[in-house]
Amino acid sequence: MMDPAVVIDVARLGKTFGPVTAVEDLSFTVHAGEIFGLLGPNGAGKSTALRMLITVLPPSTGTATVLGHDIVREADTVRSLIGYVPQERAVDRFLTGREHLELLGGLYHLSRTETNARIDELLKLVNLEEHADRVAKTYSGGMKRKLDIACGLLPNPKIVFLDEPTLGLDVQSRLKIWDYIRQLRENGITIVMTTNYLEEADQLCDRLAIIDGGTIRVIGSPLELKTGLGGDSLSVTIKEHEADTLPRLREGVMALPLVRDVRLNPTGLDILVESPEKSLPAVIEVAQRLDCSLDGIEYHRPRLDDVFIAHTGHGLRGGTPDATEEE
Amino acid sequence: MTFQHYRQEVLALTMRWVRRLSREKFSMLFTLVQPMLFWLIFFGSLFQHAANIQVLQAPNYMSFLAGGVVVMTVLNNGLAGGVDLLFDKENGFLERMMSTPIHRSSVILSRYLFVMAITGMQILVILSIAFVFGVRLETGLPGIAVILVIGMLFGVGLTAISMALAFSVKSHGDFFSMLGFLSLPMIFLSSALVPLSAMPGWMQVVAMVNPMTWVIDAVRPLIITGWDAAIPQVGMAFVILAIFDAVCLYGGAKAFRRAIG
Ligand SMILES: Nc1ncnc2c1ncn2[C@@H]1O[C@H](COP(=O)(O)OP(=O)(O)O)[C@@H](O)[C@H]1O
Ligand SMILES: [Mg+2]
Repeated sequence: MMDPAVVIDVARLGKTFGPVTAVEDLSFTVHAGEIFGLLGPNGAGKSTALRMLITVLPPSTGTATVLGHDIVREADTVRSLIGYVPQERAVDRFLTGREHLELLGGLYHLSRTETNARIDELLKLVNLEEHADRVAKTYSGGMKRKLDIACGLLPNPKIVFLDEPTLGLDVQSRLKIWDYIRQLRENGITIVMTTNYLEEADQLCDRLAIIDGGTIRVIGSPLELKTGLGGDSLSVTIKEHEADTLPRLREGVMALPLVRDVRLNPTGLDILVESPEKSLPAVIEVAQRLDCSLDGIEYHRPRLDDVFIAHTGHGLRGGTPDATEEE
Repeated sequence: MTFQHYRQEVLALTMRWVRRLSREKFSMLFTLVQPMLFWLIFFGSLFQHAANIQVLQAPNYMSFLAGGVVVMTVLNNGLAGGVDLLFDKENGFLERMMSTPIHRSSVILSRYLFVMAITGMQILVILSIAFVFGVRLETGLPGIAVILVIGMLFGVGLTAISMALAFSVKSHGDFFSMLGFLSLPMIFLSSALVPLSAMPGWMQVVAMVNPMTWVIDAVRPLIITGWDAAIPQVGMAFVILAIFDAVCLYGGAKAFRRAIG
């Protein structure tokens, strides 16, 4: 199998602000056409990492290339190939949506006809056609975000960098923006984004790096990260007065093909399985055959929360509404 | 990086400043009226009572004051020249601009073009109003051109100070208190409102190292005395301003590099 083309190569990148180390020793690659996420809590260093890659912040240590161009020595080339959607709603309250895009057309050195064609396309993409000629101070948060995204896409970039694209948006706007991002990937654009929403990282990103305290803790696809924690498991509890049947049940379950490991606990068994859907009926069947009466059985699939906790030692945020739902 | 690209960037950025001003109706009005405000205040209160023609060595206080008002306008515009960049820095717009393949100086140059154009227009407004009130420039139209050049040269350094502050301060509260700290003494410890000869000795010394004084002392004879008296003063002002601008631009460039990288 051929390796996918590497479009961003980051090697031991670090940034200090005086005594503060914002990020340290970042190394990762981003592949052509994927959505790559940096997931981490506030202050983890996500924006700092992104700012270095888009060449607005010189790194203190390390190097990185974007589409083969060094982010320091060839900053100007890098800038002309990428698009950026900053974390803040960086809009000018006194300009209309269209004027924002016209300004950027000038800054990316597009011709007037090119700019206008691009503006029509983008306004349609983000559904701002009707509001294009109103000044931005009349825009809602969601509309400003859409304008931000249109601005980031104006140069028709090969790679788009989005810093917390859905931060603080309502559910509908968030889903809309996920849609745009997926659409971009379908058009062959590589996306690098940051987020502190687990659900967003899980649903949207092809691969992600969990970043905490300025360093990367783990990199992989959401699925890889979850299976990395041991995969799916079944927990079986049996009736108290039948505890003596447990060793028997354990033997029987162990013999099943989809079972990888079985551990004894005081009230039952923890069973690591390949596929809970298939192994659940098999386990019940074994229990019946061996005459063990089960008190309960539940299956557990690790969520990204678990991955995050396992690799950082703490939750992303205490009990937030965006934690993924129970399965 | 070609000249074509540079021109396109600077034009697009300058256009933004113009559009912003045209949207801020209140601010636009204030921009045009501000110099007149000074006029009314000083015309009303000082002209009648305080003005001693002998001390002023001018036909009247109005014509004495015209030069001071011109230079005060330059001062205000210059020192406020960085405010928009300060807000751009704070809300991330500057970063957005810096993520595009523009020459790093384009933003600065666009700001200069805008501030200078506004300042030039205001100077013309002030001199027109002075004309309406009977102030006749002894040096005529060429005098106006020289006043504009001096105003621009002074504005270059002042705007550099303002931008350097905008790029260096931690919060915009700091920025505005620094501006207040700078602008009031620059006005009062200069020959803007009273001639040096009417000041106590210590004040004269301070006023002498204030570039504002030198600029006013060049503009004023262009209005009230004529070329003979003005030429040496104008020459002196050019020298002082060359030094002033060099220092300010150097400091501004350093602050900009530190902030932008
Ligand atoms: N310009 C700066 N000056 C000083 N410290 C900074 C600066 N930018 C970021 N930091 C610090 O670096 C750390 C990482 O910040 P940031 O990259 O913004 O995190 P995130 O985007 O993950 O929330 C924080 O501790 C922050 O205070
Ligand atoms: Mg951030």
